[in-house]
Amino acid sequence: MASEPLAPHGPSHGHAAHHPELAHQFDSMDQQKESSTLAMWVFLVTEIMFFGVLFLAYTLYRTQYPEAFLLASNSLNVLMGGINTAVLIGSSLTMVLAIWAAQVNWRKGIVIFLLATMALGTTFLVIKGFEYRDKFVEHHVPGPTFHFEVEHPSPHLQAIAARDPQLEKHASIYFSLYFIMTGIHALHMIIGLGILAVLAVLSWKGKYDSEYHNPLEMTGLYWHFVDIIWIFLFPLLYLLGAHAR
Amino acid sequence: MNSSFPLFPDSASTHAGHVDSLFIIWSLISIFFTVLIAGLIVYFMARYRRTHPEEVGTNDEMALWLEIAWSAIPLAIALIMFVWGTRVFFDLYRPPANAVEYTAIGRQWMWKIQHPEGQREINTLHVPVGQAIKMKLASEDVIHSFYIPAFRVKQDAIPGRYTSIWFQATKPGVYHLFCAEYCGAEHSKMIGSIIVMEPRDYENWLAGGAAGKSMVASGADLFQSLACVTCHRAGETGRLARGPALEGVYGGQVKLADGRTVTADDNYVRESILNPTAKVVAGWEPVMPTFQGQVSEEQLSQLIAYVRSLGSTAGTTAAATPAAAGAAANAAPQSGAANSPGTPR
Amino acid sequence: MNTTATVPVTTTAETAFKRPNYLNAAYGVRSWLLTRDHKRIAILYLISVTAFFALGSLFALLIRLELLTPEGDLFQPDTYNRLFTMHGVVMVFFFLIPAIPAVLGNFLVPLMIGAKDLALPKLNLASWYVYNIGGIFTLWAIVHGGVDTGWTFYTPFSTHYSNTYVISTALGIFITGFSSIFTALNFIVTIHRMRAPGLTWFRLPLFIWSTYATSLIIVLGTPVIAITILLVAAERVFHLGIFDPTLGGDPVLFQHLFWFYSHPAVYIMILPAMGVESELIAAFARKKVVGYKVVAFASVAIAVLGFLVWGHHMFVAGESIYAATIFSVLSMLVAIPSAVKVFNWTATLYRGSISYQTPMLYALGFIGLFTLGGLTGVMVATLGFDVHVHDTYFIVAHFHYIMVGGTIMGYLGGLHYWWPKISGKLYPVFLSKIAALLVFVGFNLTFFPQFILGYLGMPRRYWSYPPEFQVLNVLSTAGASILGLGYILPLCYFIWSMRYGQDSGDNPWGAVGLEWDTTSPPPTENFYTMPVVTHGPYEYNREEVHNRMSQEGTIG
Repeated sequence: MASEPLAPHGPSHGHAAHHPELAHQFDSMDQQKESSTLAMWVFLVTEIMFFGVLFLAYTLYRTQYPEAFLLASNSLNVLMGGINTAVLIGSSLTMVLAIWAAQVNWRKGIVIFLLATMALGTTFLVIKGFEYRDKFVEHHVPGPTFHFEVEHPSPHLQAIAARDPQLEKHASIYFSLYFIMTGIHALHMIIGLGILAVLAVLSWKGKYDSEYHNPLEMTGLYWHFVDIIWIFLFPLLYLLGAHAR
Repeated sequence: MNSSFPLFPDSASTHAGHVDSLFIIWSLISIFFTVLIAGLIVYFMARYRRTHPEEVGTNDEMALWLEIAWSAIPLAIALIMFVWGTRVFFDLYRPPANAVEYTAIGRQWMWKIQHPEGQREINTLHVPVGQAIKMKLASEDVIHSFYIPAFRVKQDAIPGRYTSIWFQATKPGVYHLFCAEYCGAEHSKMIGSIIVMEPRDYENWLAGGAAGKSMVASGADLFQSLACVTCHRAGETGRLARGPALEGVYGGQVKLADGRTVTADDNYVRESILNPTAKVVAGWEPVMPTFQGQVSEEQLSQLIAYVRSLGSTAGTTAAATPAAAGAAANAAPQSGAANSPGTPR
Repeated sequence: MNTTATVPVTTTAETAFKRPNYLNAAYGVRSWLLTRDHKRIAILYLISVTAFFALGSLFALLIRLELLTPEGDLFQPDTYNRLFTMHGVVMVFFFLIPAIPAVLGNFLVPLMIGAKDLALPKLNLASWYVYNIGGIFTLWAIVHGGVDTGWTFYTPFSTHYSNTYVISTALGIFITGFSSIFTALNFIVTIHRMRAPGLTWFRLPLFIWSTYATSLIIVLGTPVIAITILLVAAERVFHLGIFDPTLGGDPVLFQHLFWFYSHPAVYIMILPAMGVESELIAAFARKKVVGYKVVAFASVAIAVLGFLVWGHHMFVAGESIYAATIFSVLSMLVAIPSAVKVFNWTATLYRGSISYQTPMLYALGFIGLFTLGGLTGVMVATLGFDVHVHDTYFIVAHFHYIMVGGTIMGYLGGLHYWWPKISGKLYPVFLSKIAALLVFVGFNLTFFPQFILGYLGMPRRYWSYPPEFQVLNVLSTAGASILGLGYILPLCYFIWSMRYGQDSGDNPWGAVGLEWDTTSPPPTENFYTMPVVTHGPYEYNREEVHNRMSQEGTIG
């Protein structure tokens, strides 16, 4: 990054007609695009640090209370989680297709794929909502009403449970992390859906084409990042105790 | 040093000297570098003062060796101080084998302290000089920090776990105990005193410090804790070992070994405790050690109160079992009982 | 003695203000509140930050008044606890962290690298709004009775025991964190992508290097405090158990997460001040900063090492003694780049052409105070020593030497240096020198006694204290009032100068640097002709520099 002899802010000023989307502070579309890409990556670094704290807390308590984490994890609905994983990966695909549509100047395609991405994202949130409702009904939400005991107690699970005399308290830490991690992830999804909605409207108006579709690419980076976070959350939260089911 | 305006804290533990040495050396290093930098700045300001408005500085680079030197020298100093400081620190967490364990529990906003002997105190800690003491710390609510500036020790008390620190006091006196970790409204009132005593004073304090009990009960405790009971009360055998029973004695006449007879009043009991060989009861060996200096005035009063309680009605209460045994022993003192004049404790 | 500089300047009042600049480009509230000009946003930040500084200073004053006497006789202990908490919260999150980056950085980064604006002007304006929204949350908490957890929010006190406005304050800090992130992200992108032709990394001014290093810390650290403080709020609202010892949670985990950000945050505060320092020394000794690359890399080294030393705040918090050992030695290492900088600045004075202008007085004061602050920093990194002084006034004195003696001296020095660039005006010279002296003397009188108090064992955050500590506390309070006067003076004469000050001309100091190559105040687009850079940042021994100085004149 320090190697270029001349900085990108070159004397190119003047030739190459100004694109209407070129902001005043930039000299060229390339400079503008490189700047926004770098900005998005830096932003994603902050996101990694943000979620990193939660993953750290998870690792710490998982190591400290393995039994409670295993048993609490088994109370989650793996089927719903699995479907959601597939849904999110599908939405990443449609997001990429939206950018592809922009690259090939298929303006209608942009709108179609953005709407598909939004539909899949919404599906994810709805399924997540059903999962939350189940947890609420089962009193698995931390707080005064929290209650946890082993479902379908086989002798094997009983033996695991017996190793942690404060199982219920430690399970409450698991669920604290579960709700915080999936909740903040869902919040990112909601923000993403909002951005996608704006982009869909702008695409409908024909703002993006093969020459300029920076916002689509930036939103794509963000959407994939949110997807990747879920790819980590799913095994850590849902599949943790699968071997002991 | 003026006690109303101190500039250096009391040093009252084996650890304090080490920290003070660190502090003094570090201060000298700091003063040296600060004076060096400030001196250079003042000198350069005067020497290279701008003389006309368009003057510019000389464009020269420092020699490489100079850059290396002023990186390496501070690094070397820092590393030496690091090793020294770490040794002092490790020492603080490795109590000697003979350390006695005390417990301090922090809560909003007091320190509840318990001695190994079971003695309890709040916001005050009595410790003997010369004894290594390991403080085991815990908290009932928020994080507190057990801090004794005169000992240069501090350790947080954390809810849900034990932490510990050790110290050995070197100088009798009264020192501050502070809570150093902010813990809420009355944080600055979560203070107390560390009372460092000579070991013997400490023993006395321990013996007499059972707060809240009556004089008699305190005396009874002392009778136990000072081990009076081993000689002056019949054991399981029902026989007295080395001394006369004290039930029913108070207020009556006592026949002494030298033939005299005295009245068993406060002064007689007191003298018998502090100077036992002065008036030995007939039929017994002069084997009792003195308790001079081991019992305070207050404790003496308590002991006398107890002895008085044993015989205030001149024998009418002597129906109790030990008293009966004592009466039998009184009647026929066995000279053979004094086969081994042991130590009192 | 003259109260204003009398050296003639080439541009008269009329020509200076007929010339279009960012201040007269547009008028009206809208033109300010919706501006995307980095220079105007810097001014907006200057106003906000000054307001919070005044608020934080008021709290400091009340704290010092309470501590005049050993008994707690002025306030209730609850009130006192809120005062020091809000002093810390306001000063740290709303003044020290944004002050230099958001005010001087915003103004100078594009000018110094020859760009028309920051890369993301809308985001820049958004950051100012986000900052103020965070401020409103915090002010709401203050108005409703404040918060009493200390600015450190230690659990479980903050999560379960305090019954003050923790959530609102926590949200305020969370939101304001994003304004830091936006600003830092903008700087990183701008410095990477917007440099003028020929402006290579090693031709960048040292202020840009330090701003870049600061931005890295903000980007990596701020999300950590954001989520941590959010967890504290969530634990209060939803009774989660992440930091709750009664559920098996670990209250010390909070301290790890908190200091993982908050120690680097100290470098967020001091690194920009170091950058300002390099600029001031170069400009007022008219000389290249000695060991340019060393000073530049020292900033980056501080940023990197700064992330590895958080555990030195927890030597007595039940941390493993081996972990403590590693944190101690790393803390020693992070001091070395700082020491190297101090030596390089001092060496830069050697054979320079030293001017006694006001900014230089702040710069020289900075070196002295930062040296003492830094040295006491290495002292408290020494394990055996820290056990005694941890959480005492020794620590309070140490970090005020860094934050007030370092950051605020740097900030004020920078404001005095670039004020002609910002406003096109000169401030009264004599008065400003008096103010600089008051700040220096008042500061030392306030905080030096606290070193002694700390070694004597006076714990911090004490509302009442044993009577033997009174004399030193009275000295400290006396110093604080002098310091306060030293702060009020610049506020008055800066405002005064905007209307009545003499025009400064484009380059009153005869300084070099891209920001001085344009007019003062600069036009909205910063440069009339976009600059091309052919040399390093502090080249005073050039014919053109000399010619320009003799043409335009200089005040010092």
